[in-house]
Amino acid sequence: MLRLSLHRRRQLLPWIFLAPGLAWLVVFFAIPLVNQLNVSLQTGDPETGYTFTWAFSTYADAVGEYETQFLRSIGYAATATVLCFAIGFPLAYFIAFKAGRWKNLMLLLIILPFFVSYVLRTVSWQLILADNGFVADTLRAVGLLGDDGRLLATRTAVIAGITYNFLPFMALPLYVSLEKIDKRLIEAATDLYASRATAFRKVTLPLALPGIFAGSLLTFIPACGDFINAALLGTPRQFMIGNVIQSKYLVIQDYPEAAALSFILMTFILVGILLYARVLGARNLTEAAI
Amino acid sequence: MAVEAPPGIAEPVAPATRARVRPPSRARSWALGVWSALALLYLFVPIFVIVVFSFNDPRGRFNFTWQGFTLEHWANPFENPDLALAMKNSFLIALIATLIATALGTFMAMALVRYGFRGRSLVDFFVFLPLSTPEVVIGAALLALFLTMAVNTGFATIVIAHVMFTVSYVVVTVKARLEGMDRHIEEAAMDLGATEWTTFRKVTLPMIAPGVAAASLLAAAISVDDYVITSFNAGQTITFPLFIFGATRQGVPPEVNVLATGVLLVVLVLMALNVLLQRRLARRDAARVD
Repeated sequence: MLRLSLHRRRQLLPWIFLAPGLAWLVVFFAIPLVNQLNVSLQTGDPETGYTFTWAFSTYADAVGEYETQFLRSIGYAATATVLCFAIGFPLAYFIAFKAGRWKNLMLLLIILPFFVSYVLRTVSWQLILADNGFVADTLRAVGLLGDDGRLLATRTAVIAGITYNFLPFMALPLYVSLEKIDKRLIEAATDLYASRATAFRKVTLPLALPGIFAGSLLTFIPACGDFINAALLGTPRQFMIGNVIQSKYLVIQDYPEAAALSFILMTFILVGILLYARVLGARNLTEAAI
Repeated sequence: MAVEAPPGIAEPVAPATRARVRPPSRARSWALGVWSALALLYLFVPIFVIVVFSFNDPRGRFNFTWQGFTLEHWANPFENPDLALAMKNSFLIALIATLIATALGTFMAMALVRYGFRGRSLVDFFVFLPLSTPEVVIGAALLALFLTMAVNTGFATIVIAHVMFTVSYVVVTVKARLEGMDRHIEEAAMDLGATEWTTFRKVTLPMIAPGVAAASLLAAAISVDDYVITSFNAGQTITFPLFIFGATRQGVPPEVNVLATGVLLVVLVLMALNVLLQRRLARRDAARVD
């Protein structure tokens, strides 16, 4: 009898521990998503309210109407992710292998920007790139920018802003996975007559793959849904899907279409993650087999 | 496919005529160092601008061009009542949300690491899901729920939202700490007659305390800085990031720069104190060993 109740208790205990947090996530994360699916199938207008009608046409309309913003979001986010990798990988590599006693300081410097508000840092870029600012003036003076050329309110500004804001999210996971690498493996590779480039390609890079995976997801996902950079550093011609969803919800109050758009965005990202995991995972496997 | 050979070695050994790889060249390390310094500089340019412009004396509303040095804004950073209220809201929300999220998340992490139960990997995946969903989708879905349930958005809904999206970060952080912990110490406590609750209080909690502290700091930092999700669920309530974003149209007052710089200074001082404390503890431990 006692044994049984003890056994039952061991079975129940994890669920008691989980219950409050899980309930919070179900009520305020899962149910809202289901509810959003419901909202996306409603029709009506802000004046009279919306009713559920299985209006799948909203999805077709949303895709047709905002295809540009969708493609732009993906394009900007992908470009920013590649740029973050290009900037972040050498940085992470240096910190992991060469920084020596500067290691902790450099890591601290990567984290420190997080303690200044994201919005404020983006506003600061607005100031730096401003039309009559120091940078634009200098570039005009040396002829790199036309007389009426602008830095602010361009595609470049938005992508640079996104790259800036998500660089730490790329650099930190890269550092973590590079730091874990047993340096003797790289030495072994070069001892076995692999050139430095081959050792890098065949040993360092595959071992850094988890960091590359985590870093690019941590950059790409939020970048895809971001609207702060486009709102502050761009014009409506650079607006991303996040800007559309936000204004549909908060300004135009076209809830069904906004819900449909955010559902499409979420599905796209989930499918993207799965595909990406497969591709990287598959490469991992082939790498191991060769 | 060379299945029989372990990974890495299967590459046919290069003929001995190939020269041994030279140690890494100084130039390469140098280039990497310079690149890393530039990357860190990129991270700090906007922060530098924020700090400098906290001493600016702007004519007119826009704090965009350097006009003259003043300490006026440092003397009364809370002069603007809206800004003071926004700051107060942000800290209160972060405090409440962090307390709740840390409690919920810590117990969830305990359940996930300590107990093998049916559906564990499903729960794991479910907890991970909010981290891989763009913020704009989470914010919009939550707002749709509040609209459907006719809940007025405001302070309480911001707290609800912040707990929801910080709890997953807490779980991930505490889990990492728990996974690296020696279970035998807890078993020893129970063998010596401690009840599960006493063991938790006297053994487990002190051991995971650093992880819990890190998790709550992370949750607080994310909460204070959040713009996207908050903007959907704030109603008439203003937080610090919302204030800044709203102020971009009329010009961000220099007091914002002062407060941001102040927060950064506090963080730096705390970090320095932490380093000193760690050093002292290490020295004390070393002395004890002798």
